[in-house]
Amino acid sequence: MTALPASPAEFRPNAPGRLIRLSLERTRIEIKTFFRAPDQVFFTFLLPVLFVVIFSTIFSGEIEGPPGVEKVEFSQYFVPGMIASGIVSATFASLAMTIAVEQHDGLLRRLSGTPLPRSAYFAGKVGLALFTAFVIVVLILAIGVVFYDVSLPTDPKKWAVLAAVFLLGVATCSLLGIAYTRLIRSSSSAAAIVQPPYLVLQFISGVFLQYSQVPPFLKVVAAAFPLKWMVQGLRYVFLPDWVAVDDYGGEWQVERVLLVLGIWLAVSFVLARVFFRWNRGYTG
Amino acid sequence: MTPALSARGVRKRYGDLEALRGVDLEIEPGEVFALLGPNGAGKTTFVEILEGFRARSGGEATVLGVDPERGDLVWRSQLGIVLQSAGFFEQLTPDEAVAHFATFYPNPLDPRRVVDMVGLADKRSSRCKDLSGGQKRRVDLAMGIVGDPELIFLDEPTTGLDPQGRRQMWEVVREFTRLGKTIVLTTHYLDEAEQLADRVGVIIAGQLVEVGTPRGIGGRERALARVTFALTGNLAGRPLPETGADTATRDGRVTITTATPTAVVAVLARWAEANGEPELPALAVSRPSLEDIYLAMVEAADGGEGREGDDA
Repeated sequence: MTALPASPAEFRPNAPGRLIRLSLERTRIEIKTFFRAPDQVFFTFLLPVLFVVIFSTIFSGEIEGPPGVEKVEFSQYFVPGMIASGIVSATFASLAMTIAVEQHDGLLRRLSGTPLPRSAYFAGKVGLALFTAFVIVVLILAIGVVFYDVSLPTDPKKWAVLAAVFLLGVATCSLLGIAYTRLIRSSSSAAAIVQPPYLVLQFISGVFLQYSQVPPFLKVVAAAFPLKWMVQGLRYVFLPDWVAVDDYGGEWQVERVLLVLGIWLAVSFVLARVFFRWNRGYTG
Repeated sequence: MTPALSARGVRKRYGDLEALRGVDLEIEPGEVFALLGPNGAGKTTFVEILEGFRARSGGEATVLGVDPERGDLVWRSQLGIVLQSAGFFEQLTPDEAVAHFATFYPNPLDPRRVVDMVGLADKRSSRCKDLSGGQKRRVDLAMGIVGDPELIFLDEPTTGLDPQGRRQMWEVVREFTRLGKTIVLTTHYLDEAEQLADRVGVIIAGQLVEVGTPRGIGGRERALARVTFALTGNLAGRPLPETGADTATRDGRVTITTATPTAVVAVLARWAEANGEPELPALAVSRPSLEDIYLAMVEAADGGEGREGDDA
């Protein structure tokens, strides 16, 4: 507590120090609230784990490359897709649904009646998404390594790309989830509106199948969205180079992956600013 | 002195429906103002416009010198808003939720003290989802005041509270009044308005039809008193004395409406005594309550007036 009350003129609500402090405070509360609902915790982490187990069990074969190269186990092949899928579910899907509920039950109105900056609210949501996505990635890798012979990259450059794709993916998909809430008209319809685009994109971006099997015209569609690029960047991290020839026509194009994700981050930031509404009851 | 709140000709239209038809109001700093009105009369719409949650269709408004449509976060830091039904931090305890809200404000009150003030000391560590409706209402209040606001909007603060809880809420409101804060309150309880408010305003069908002190509104101070008693015992069937006032007898009960109740009672007492009944049975002298005045206003305005759809 400060000894002297500051006059309103001295109060700078968007001062950087205050934004950082409130972003951390919002993140702390989001994570605390998340862990106090055990069913939510369980299902958030259960789904990616189930995917890894089911895929690794059903597709137990190998992908053969050109003569003379090492084969790739399916369990290894699908790790990047599982990670990308886990990131999208922890960010886009989860945020769109929880924010829609908060919008419709009035929690956002309550917050919007306070001097909390909107960006700190976003930061708290992204902070929670970052945290859950990180746990999901660690779980996927741990189960893969322990039970399904998944091998981790040794090249530090690949770890750096993993970190970059993870952070760009989390930030972009979180902001898209925030923007997407504009389409959700009631909290009961949230899941029905959120799931379709995310499921369709998973298929055409090659999360559940080899990208070489996706028809060319759907590849064009997939390339317009970030998920395809996340998968591509993550495949570079976990798969040998010859897979890029099959799936992406030659090179991994890591620089291009990062560039596209960077552009998407900027776009999604703008979309979130434009489409997000504190208050659905607000009639302008 | 600059008013804490001012509205001039505030209008709100939803399509063809005029929810507010030009409301004028000024509230002074340090005043407690209660807004009364039936559901759907435009009360909530008016308050939401002042809170910056809704845009108005016409007119001028300032709250703490700022147009609510242009209110920034500095403005927000001086307001406390206690909403009627808003999303809740089900998984947090009252202490945690109030302390969390305190971090948003430049000069908050001590969150634990605020939780004590609203009477939740023994529930401070329970999850909010396990609290009763009335206890949640107290958390609402605590979250609304922890920022030490200059002006507090209270939307039906005691709905769902037991009598003891209501008195505790009133005490909290009075404590803020003593600190010179301005309070705008909507309520359905007329005793609450009478207890707390310096002035009350009645909104009916989108218009502020009356503004005045709880004692004076609607000509209540000048209103005639009613003297009532029963014609039982020795008084049964006796002719009534001449009092010069409007007298009605119904089911053995006499009601005399008068500007001079003391004189009327004196005449009646002598008459009863003479008839062998030293005590007038069931004697009562009353003035119309705020509720009588309010209900009369609502009834007078009733009939064919437009109603607002989404106002609760």
